[in-house]
Amino acid sequence: MNNIFLTIADMLRSLFLGFGLSEYVVELVMAAIYASVVFALIGLLVLILVLAERKISGYIQLRPGPNRVGPHGIFQLIADMLKMLGKESITPAAVDKWPFVLAPILMFVPTMLLYAVIPFGEGMVAADLNLGVFYFIAIGSLTTLPLFMAGWSSSNKYSLIGGMRAVAQMVSYELPLIFSILGVIMIAGSMRMNDIVLAQSGMWFVILQPIAFLVFFISALAELNRAPFDLPEGETELTAGVFTEYTPMRFALFQMAEYGNVFIMSGLMVTLFLGGWQAPFGLTFIPSYIWFFAKVFMMIFVIMWVRWTFPRIRVDKLMDFGWKFLLPVSLVNIFVTGIGIYLFQNF
Amino acid sequence: MCKDMTTKEHTLKTQEFTLNIGPQHPSTHGVFRLVLTLDGETITKAESVVGYLHRGIEKLAEARTYTQVITYTDRMDYLSAMLTNLGYVQTVEKLIEIKVPERAEYIRIIMAELQRMASHMVAIGSYVQDVGITGTSIFMYNLIDREKILDLFEMVSGSRLTYSYMRIGGVADDLPLEFIPALEKFLDEVPASIEQYWALSSKNEIFQSRLRGVGVISAEDAINYGFSGPNLRGSGVDYDLRKAEPYGIYDRFDFNVPVLENGDSLDRFLCRGAELEQSIKIIRQAIKDLPEGEVIAKMPKVIKPPKGEVYHQIESSRGILGYYIVSDGSSKPYRMHVRRPSFINLIPMDEMLVGLKLADAITVLGSIDIVLGEVDG
Repeated sequence: MNNIFLTIADMLRSLFLGFGLSEYVVELVMAAIYASVVFALIGLLVLILVLAERKISGYIQLRPGPNRVGPHGIFQLIADMLKMLGKESITPAAVDKWPFVLAPILMFVPTMLLYAVIPFGEGMVAADLNLGVFYFIAIGSLTTLPLFMAGWSSSNKYSLIGGMRAVAQMVSYELPLIFSILGVIMIAGSMRMNDIVLAQSGMWFVILQPIAFLVFFISALAELNRAPFDLPEGETELTAGVFTEYTPMRFALFQMAEYGNVFIMSGLMVTLFLGGWQAPFGLTFIPSYIWFFAKVFMMIFVIMWVRWTFPRIRVDKLMDFGWKFLLPVSLVNIFVTGIGIYLFQNF
Repeated sequence: MCKDMTTKEHTLKTQEFTLNIGPQHPSTHGVFRLVLTLDGETITKAESVVGYLHRGIEKLAEARTYTQVITYTDRMDYLSAMLTNLGYVQTVEKLIEIKVPERAEYIRIIMAELQRMASHMVAIGSYVQDVGITGTSIFMYNLIDREKILDLFEMVSGSRLTYSYMRIGGVADDLPLEFIPALEKFLDEVPASIEQYWALSSKNEIFQSRLRGVGVISAEDAINYGFSGPNLRGSGVDYDLRKAEPYGIYDRFDFNVPVLENGDSLDRFLCRGAELEQSIKIIRQAIKDLPEGEVIAKMPKVIKPPKGEVYHQIESSRGILGYYIVSDGSSKPYRMHVRRPSFINLIPMDEMLVGLKLADAITVLGSIDIVLGEVDG
């Protein structure tokens, strides 16, 4: 049961080899299959997450959320998608055409790329890179540019302010994000995702690195543009901020990218701090991928909970908080971790 | 941000730009337009444009009988309709010089204070929502309590928003039998509920850091500009018409007037929250002392006040609401002018906004708590 997906992958691989194709081509075909599985997974996840967000926000606000379309509103997203597909896709005349059109796509592609390195279960990594964490951070920072492109090209002052804020916010919170991960990498001794998960078989890193976990959580919220850091899309100040000029289908791509990002960033959080696919308390009869998804959904619930509880931070206080508080704290954390490792190894 | 760079040797050319927070906007509380000149995110000039909801109520009042005008007063400040009704009928009663029966006076106090609570709940809830859309949760909790108040009002007057319940000489109908028990049940439940969500908003670190020190207006400026209501009391001026110049029977009630010192947005917000508690106190006292009797004085069918003019003001939930009526002896007012608190409170805003950030413009506007129906009249 634990290895069911691995068994399927092996069966497919031997099937293709049986056709007489060379190893190289088989690997390419397997990569293509992985990519399509990831795409389907993202689609499914967005479906679930959008509904989850609306229901969770509803229950926090003492109202039921969508409950008309299907039992408990499960077909709500399909209804929304159909509505969006049916709308006219308007490109305002004054926009800068190419960045405007490319921004949603460029926002979506890095999200897809990130799904390649997260271990969803024991041995279930699409690409087990030596530099898994590094790859993740590098590709993850690409999401800043499409937001700015969207803001700039929209030729709309609201979007422009939103875009400027997006760049300021996301660039400022990259550094605490990276530095908080460094503590984990120092303890695990490797940047490969699977190694980090296995290094947590004794104790999850959230217990060894609680401050790094908090710093990471806050910086991740800022990277994801989720409240309380949703300034680029400050709804009550800038109508829709960066997304003001985007008509439904393109806006839907942005939303898919955002929810895809939420999932994968939670996935990273779980991998680095919460033991990845490993079962706590030795309950290994439940397959590893179920544990992974359970932990990720728990983190997503916390992220949504935070969103609907706290008001928004003002932009200058946001910068203050990131540069003057989070960054020094994460640096101190690295320092303390280093001392801790030294003491642990020598005594 | 850009200003600092231009003062160094290497000049970076920057430009101020105009942003129109237009009549259609999620958080301007109605059709209100604010034209801002921004330098980066800092406001250098602000200009408010009102009039999008002007319906000519004062002119229309000249062509209606005194009783018909009551329905117009509902629609000015639609979130505190009972209070606007009250101001108007008391003004006309002052002109005619009739005495309102005791029972009617107590009923009026109950309705006025309930309305004050409902209005403050909307103000608090929508304000938290302005500061961050995620405050919708707190908005919803406030509205749940407000729904109970609106149910009470529906029991008495038949409508939920524009009641026209006050009449010249008393109130329109007596309280139904189930009103007082329902009211007491509400008063028992609401303090716990307020405490629950009040802590979420007022004690939240992010909320406080957003609002502390933003939009400060000193006590002297507040008085000079004609600020009133919780806005004035948030700046440290202890002036509440219910205590300073009691109207109706307010002098028989024992309540406190919350006054806060700093004059920033947070204090105005906290003042409104504190007033909720005081209103509950007043209502309990009114229920206890509620006498039997008639609910409306003997009035002629067509009301023709004597010739003359009168001005009367009350403490509405948004500030001092004043009515000035000139009568020429006929059944219709010759001229009615309303001193609308939201309009007067909006005047210093253009100056308060200079030097603040864009996000603060919204929070300052929300802290003044305007209703566009009242601003435009």
